[in-house]
Parts: sequence; C-alpha cells; structure tokens
Amino acid sequence: MSINRRKFLAIAGGTLALGVAGKQTLKVFAEAEARKSEGFACKRWAMVVDLKKCHETEGCTKCIEACHSTHNVPHFNNKKDEIKWIWKEKFEHAFIEQENEYIPSDIKNKPALLLCNHCENPPCVNVCPTQATWKRKDGIVMMDWHRCIGCRYCMAACPYSSRSFNWREPRPHIKQLNPDFPTRTRGVVEKCTFCDERLAKGLKPACVEACPNKAMVFGDLEDPNSEIRTMLGTNFSMRRKPELGTQPEIYYII
Amino acid sequence: MLELAFSGSKKYWAWVIFLLILIGCGVLAYMYQFNQGLGVTGMSRDVTWGFYIAQFTFLVGVAASAVMVVLPYYVHHYKSFGKITILGEFLAIGAVIMCMLFIFVDMGQPLRIVNVFLYPSPNSPMFWDSVSLGGYLVLNVIISRYTLDSEKKGIAPPKWLKPVVILSIPWAVSIHTVTAFLYQGLAARPFWLSAVMAPRFLATAFSAGPALLILLCLLLRKMTKFDVGSEPIQKLAIITTYAMLLNIFFLLMEIFTGLYSGIPDHARHFQFLYFGLDGNYRLVPWMWLSTAFAIISLILLLIPKYRKNEKLLSIAAITVFLSIWIDKGLGMVVTGFIPSPLGYVPDYWPTWVEATISVSIYAVGLLIVTVLYKVALSVRRMLKTT
Repeated sequence: MSINRRKFLAIAGGTLALGVAGKQTLKVFAEAEARKSEGFACKRWAMVVDLKKCHETEGCTKCIEACHSTHNVPHFNNKKDEIKWIWKEKFEHAFIEQENEYIPSDIKNKPALLLCNHCENPPCVNVCPTQATWKRKDGIVMMDWHRCIGCRYCMAACPYSSRSFNWREPRPHIKQLNPDFPTRTRGVVEKCTFCDERLAKGLKPACVEACPNKAMVFGDLEDPNSEIRTMLGTNFSMRRKPELGTQPEIYYII
Repeated sequence: MLELAFSGSKKYWAWVIFLLILIGCGVLAYMYQFNQGLGVTGMSRDVTWGFYIAQFTFLVGVAASAVMVVLPYYVHHYKSFGKITILGEFLAIGAVIMCMLFIFVDMGQPLRIVNVFLYPSPNSPMFWDSVSLGGYLVLNVIISRYTLDSEKKGIAPPKWLKPVVILSIPWAVSIHTVTAFLYQGLAARPFWLSAVMAPRFLATAFSAGPALLILLCLLLRKMTKFDVGSEPIQKLAIITTYAMLLNIFFLLMEIFTGLYSGIPDHARHFQFLYFGLDGNYRLVPWMWLSTAFAIISLILLLIPKYRKNEKLLSIAAITVFLSIWIDKGLGMVVTGFIPSPLGYVPDYWPTWVEATISVSIYAVGLLIVTVLYKVALSVRRMLKTT
C-alpha cells in the first residue's frame, strides 16, 4: 500500500478530529442522560421576583451572599473592578424610563433584585465570537470560562449590565472558597447561570433557597400547573426593557 | 526587496531607533498589563471598551482609505495617482497591522485568540471583522508586492493582478462597514444604534485617510528627494473636502435626530459628549476642540485659494485628521457606555499603561510605513539612476 506523508497526515488529522468530536458528543449525551435521571426534566426555566415580599426584610442581602459564596464570586471594594451575579438596584435604575414622580415611595426608594435575565433572544449570545456563551435548550444562558477570550463584546451587547469581567486576578478576593465550584481566571467574563450545577442535582437556585421571605419563585414556564405560572397568571408582572425584544425570563411583581 | 530598508542615512536610522525605543517601552508596559490583567487600564464594569478599541476603529478607517487612491487610478485611469497608489497601499498595511495589535492588547485572554477561528461564529460581527481585516491585509500585501516588483523590473504587472486590485475596492468598503456593524447592531447601546454609522465611518475614513496621505506626501518631499507633484496632492485635497463635508453632514443628522426627538436614551449621550452629564465633563472640551478643528479645516478646504496653498493645505489636513481622531479615537466608543444602560454616568480616561501601549502600537505602524516607504523610494531612485 502506497501512502505518502501528506495523505497520512490528512487521515491522521481527520481521525483525530472525528475522535474528539465523537468524544464530545458522547459526553453531551451522557450529561443529558444524567440530568434526566437525577435532576429536573425541564423545558423553560424562569423566575418571578415579588418585590413586596422582598422588601419585607429591609437591608436583607441573604440571596446575594448565598449566590456569591456558592459561586466563588470575588469581592472587590471598588466599582471599577466589581463582579456581581445578583445585586440590588433602585427602581429608577432597574426600570429606567419607567419611573415617575408620583409612584409610591416604598417602590421608588426600595431596591429591586437584578440578575441575568436569561433572555429568550439573548444579544450576548449573538455577538460572542467564540460561542463561549450560548443558550441552552432549557433557557439558561451559559458561559464557558475556558473558551472566553475576554473581548467583552457580550458586555457591550447586554442591555441589563448583567455581566462582569475579571479585570484583576479574582482568587485572592474570594472570601471563603467553595471547593465544589470552579474559580475563574482573570480576563474572562462571568455572570449568573441560574445555578445550573444545582439544577442538575434537582436543587433550586441558591438565591431562591436563601430568601427568608420566599420572594423569588423559580420554575418551568412550560408547565401550566407550576407555581411560577400560577403567580404570573394571577398577578400583573413587569420585565426590564421589554421594548428591546430580548424577552427576559425574570419577571417582577411590583 | 526588503533589504533596501537596511541601508539609509543617519537621519533614517535615528528615526528607526527612536521608534524601536517607543516599541520597547510598549512591550514592557504590555508585559505589566499581561501580568496584572486589564485592571491596570481605565476600563471598568460599566465602560468595558476604551482607548484600544477606539484606536482600532479609527485605524480601520485609515486602512480603508487606500481605496481613495486605488479607485481613481485603476478604475478611472487617473494617471497622476500612479506615484502614490503604492503609498496608499503601504499605509493600509501599516494601519491594518496596528488594528490587529489594538485588538490583541484589548483581549482579556490573548493566548486564546485563535478560538475565534477554532469556533467560527457567523452570528458575530467580530468574526466577520477579523475575516475582512485579515483578507484586506493579504490583498494589500499581494498587490503592493507585485506592482512594486514589476516596477523594479520595468515590466507590466501580471494580468491576474487587476482583478485582485478591483476586489480590494469593495473589500476596503467592507472592512469599515463591518466595523460599524460591531456597534450599530446593539440594542443595548442607543448611541451606536444608528443606520448612519457605517456611512459616517466611511466618510471619516475617506477624509482622515487622504488627509494623512497629503501630509505624508508633503513630508516625503521635505525629507527625501521624492516629489509626487502638486496635482495628486490637490486631487487628494478635493477628496478630503467632499468626504469631510459628508462626515459633518452625517454628524449633524445624528445630533438632530438624537436631540430633537428628545428620547432620553439617545439625547443623554449627546448631552454627555457636548455639554456634560451629571457633573461628568470629561469629553466636553475635546468635542468642542474637534468641532473647532472641523470648522477651520472646512474653511481652508472649501476656499480654492487656500486649498491650493500647500502650507494652508497642510494645516487643513492636520485639522481634519485631529478632528476625526478626537471624534472616533476618544468620543465615539466610550460614549456608547456613558450613560450606562442602568442610567449611571461612569467615568473613563486611559491610564499611563494604556497610553504607553497605544503609543508603541502607533510606533509599530510608523515603523512599518517607514520601512515600506523606504523600499518603494529606493526602488524608484534606482530606476531613475539607471
């Protein structure tokens, strides 16, 4: 059999590529299988934030602490380097252009909880040049911190300021390391992932679990009998910047 | 042919060494940034793109402007541009390489940059931008290499080169259009969300680029014995005049739409740029300086008596270039982030690290242009003497 060097290299390269691709596919199937057996079998995750309930405990930051400690979110003491997955913002900033002079002061002056909206049409996913952020079938907008090149295009594209960038080495700024969750390196973007790692185990997101007032309800929009659907069906709810067509999956009951 | 760049006068070598020192400073500054992360820049969670991306955007325009000498020469057979097409193409090569370097230094994970090609994402304008910039570099290298080579040998350029040259014309338009698409397709940033952005980018490119070329031609005449003559310079001046008028026209369209409609999302950005917002006046003096430069340049360019005076023309070219550099290189990118989508008015100003790295990238560009121009001029001098 005659085989020259070039041909050999082509075949070897092709086999290697197929092998890698095949392994990846198997891995994805295995993960999906695992999720089905132990986690929620879900179609479209979403969250309702009931601001009235949230305001019952003034100055509460339990959800923020739970999220940030679970996910090894570093704590910087300045706005410039700041990293946050979930945070509080005054109404006029959270619902910009929707405020008016006469809205009740308990709405106006009290904060709203903000996090990634896991949009149905996520602009961040559209612009990413490496597919390091993508939309999962169950609605979660995910991040691959190993693929992200740190171009920050997703941050320019996000209308909700939901994304943070590791401007500096994050590890020294993690208060207490959670060994069960990865830390990030400097130079990559990060954000809320709806606790995909907890959902896979059948647990609710950390923030939802930590809330003492049950102000956050997490569930499947595709299931008409779910608690979240009942809440949305019986209360008037708002979303942030609905006019942009991103279809946020975080709903607010004011 | 590059060996021609290794013999030169003392002045030439002094200039090259000066540029190399600047580049060395930039390498040191970059090593510091690489070690510490992008936190050493002035960028923040709210202003995620700054001076680097702005310089990239400005220089894409300079690169695209080569088409303003290539098109009249190859399509309209405007012979007097024969001497300067190569200068335009070499300028484009230097500019594209600077663009690539500015993107590279802006990456949080520069070593992963190949991911753009490992996981090609046609959704992303950034993917197309890297494709079009890379292609444009290759086109200009091929074109300038073969035209100069044939000139040296005293033969006509190869036949296959003509279609490549013609291809480079729409390609030049595409690099700046795709660069505008990076910005103008983002619903999150009302300041950039304007259909006139790509046309305006082209207008700024076709005024700042030829203005720079005028200055380079005048400089070459002064520093070397190479004289392109006054005809092509006057032609470049007319191109600059039309493009600058279009640029100002488009700018006024933007300002009218933004301010007259009064939609806060749009108006507040212009307010920040020209009048200051919530106590942040960072760019106000710069934008008015840019306006003053634009007015001065248009007076000098529009009155034929002034335009034909090469001293005044050089002032016009400098003011055009600076006016557009301030507008694109300082104002345009940062203002997309100020105010932020949540209504905050963050501040941004480049740090010394950003400044040093940026100056050194400009030095790389100047070095490339110097070396390539040296080669072109040496070839021409050899032809003259033989």
